[in-house]
Amino acid sequence: MSDLNKRMIEEYRNDFLKEVEANVEEGEWVKMCMQCGVCSGSCPLGKHWAHPPQEIFMMIRAGKRDEVLTSDSMWMCTSCYNCIVRCPRQLPITHIMHGLATYSKKLGLVPKGQPTATFAEIFWNNMMKKGRVNELKLGLALYFKDGFGPGIKEALRNKDLGTKMMKAKRMSPAEFFGGHGIKDVSGLQKMIKKAQELEEARMKKFD
Amino acid sequence: MAKYTYSYYPGCSSQKGASSSNLMKSVQTMCEELDVELNEIPDWNCCSASIGYASGSELPRLTLSARNIALSEEHNKEQEIVATCAACWLATREAAERLKEDESLFAEANQALAEAGLKLNNTTPIKHMAEVLVEDVGFDEIQAGVKKPLEGIKIAGYVGCQTNRPFGIHGESFENPVYLDKMIEAVGAESIPDYEKKVQCCGGALAFSEPDKSQEMIKGIIEAAYDNGADMIATPCPLCQANVEIYQDQINEKYNTKFNIPVVYYSQLISVAYGRSASDAALDGQLIPAKQLEEIAKK
Repeated sequence: MSDLNKRMIEEYRNDFLKEVEANVEEGEWVKMCMQCGVCSGSCPLGKHWAHPPQEIFMMIRAGKRDEVLTSDSMWMCTSCYNCIVRCPRQLPITHIMHGLATYSKKLGLVPKGQPTATFAEIFWNNMMKKGRVNELKLGLALYFKDGFGPGIKEALRNKDLGTKMMKAKRMSPAEFFGGHGIKDVSGLQKMIKKAQELEEARMKKFD
Repeated sequence: MAKYTYSYYPGCSSQKGASSSNLMKSVQTMCEELDVELNEIPDWNCCSASIGYASGSELPRLTLSARNIALSEEHNKEQEIVATCAACWLATREAAERLKEDESLFAEANQALAEAGLKLNNTTPIKHMAEVLVEDVGFDEIQAGVKKPLEGIKIAGYVGCQTNRPFGIHGESFENPVYLDKMIEAVGAESIPDYEKKVQCCGGALAFSEPDKSQEMIKGIIEAAYDNGADMIATPCPLCQANVEIYQDQINEKYNTKFNIPVVYYSQLISVAYGRSASDAALDGQLIPAKQLEEIAKK
C-alpha cells in the first residue's frame, strides 16, 4: 500500500465523502447528486462501467472507498461531456470522474494494466519531453506497452494504416528522430514541477 | 489589414506531418479567402488534451493552458485566441474559466508560470474557429463568396462531442446543433439536419486505449450517415475526423461491413467552394478520397 494511501485512510477514517471533497477535483459537488441517473443513461460507454456515475456518487456517500478507488469505471470516461450538459443539478460529472481517476492513480490503486490509465501516462510523459505531442512515438509506445512481442504484433496489425497515414503526409518518420517541440522546454518543465509541488502542498495541509 | 485578426492556437495534431495537417492547411486556405489573419501564439505548448488529466492532475494541467494564454497576452496583445482543435479549445477555455472562478488556483498558476518568466492576466476570450465563422463572419458572408457551389453532394454534418459540449456555440442546442448543417447549405451542398449521430461520441482518446469499444460507436456514426444517403461526412474536430476515417478498414474486417465514406473538414468544403485547388483544400490528406470534391476543385 502506498504511503499516501495509508495517510489518507488514517486521516479520514470512515468519512470517504469528506476525503473526496478535500482531495478530488470538483469533489465538493458529489453531495449535490440527487440520484436521477441521467448521467448513467447518457454515457456513450455506459454499458462498460461496472459502476456508472450515479452509482459512484452513491458509493462515495456510502463510504465504499476501496470499491470506488480500485474501480475500472471512471477510466471508461471518453470526455464527451454529455453527462455534464444533461445533469439537472449541473454537477461537473466529467471532471469528477477525471478527478477520481487521478486520485486513484496518486494513491496507487488503479487496476493493473488498465489500458486508458496506461495510455494517459504514456501521453503525459510524451508531451512533457518537448512540450508538444510526438504522435509517432505516442503510437509506437502504445503498441509496445505490453512488451516487445505483442508490440511487434500490434505494429504489424496497424501497418497498412501507418503506410496510408504517411502517404497522406499525416504521419512523419522524421518524428522518430526529434520532431516537433517548443523552444523553452526547460521553462515548461520547471513550471510544471512547481505546479506539482504546489498541488502536493495543498494535499498536505489536511494533516 | 485583414478584416478579422486573431491569436492562433493550432495544437499538436495541426503541425506539419501530424494527423490533422490537412485541417491546418485547409484552415489556412479558408482564412485567406475570408480575410481572416491568424497570428500563431509563439512557442505554444500542448494542452494535454482530454487524456492528460490522469498524470497531469488539476493544477499542472491548468498551468499548461495558462502558459499558452499568457504567451498570447504577451505577444498577440488584444487579440482573441482561436483554436481549431476541439480539445485545444476546450482545455484552454476550461482553464481560463476555472482560473477565473478560483482565486487561489489563479495565484498558484501564476506562481508556477513565474518559473518560466510568464504572467497570466486571464482577460482574453478563447474561441473556436466555428464560432469565428458563425458569429464573426456569419453564414451570409460565407455564402456570398462561394464561386463553385457544392451542388449534388449530400453531407452528414458530424459535430461530435467537444466542439458541442460543454461550451458549444452560443444559442445552439447540445442535442441537435444546426450550425454545421447551415454551413453545409451555405456552400451549396445538401445537409442532413436529422442525422441521428451528429453529436455521438467517437471514443475520443479511448479509440487508442479501448479500440473495440470505440469502433462500435464509430460504426454507428458511419452507418447512420449511409442510412441517410450521405455521400460524405463533414466535421470540425480533428480527432473525430481521424477516428471516423482511418478505422473504416478495421471496422469492415470486424463487422463484415463495406464502409468507404470520405470524412472531411468544414474548412475543406469552404476552400473548394471558394474555388481553390484540391491541394490548397488538402484533399490529398484524405485516406478515403473525397472524389466529388476533387472533381469540383478540378473544374
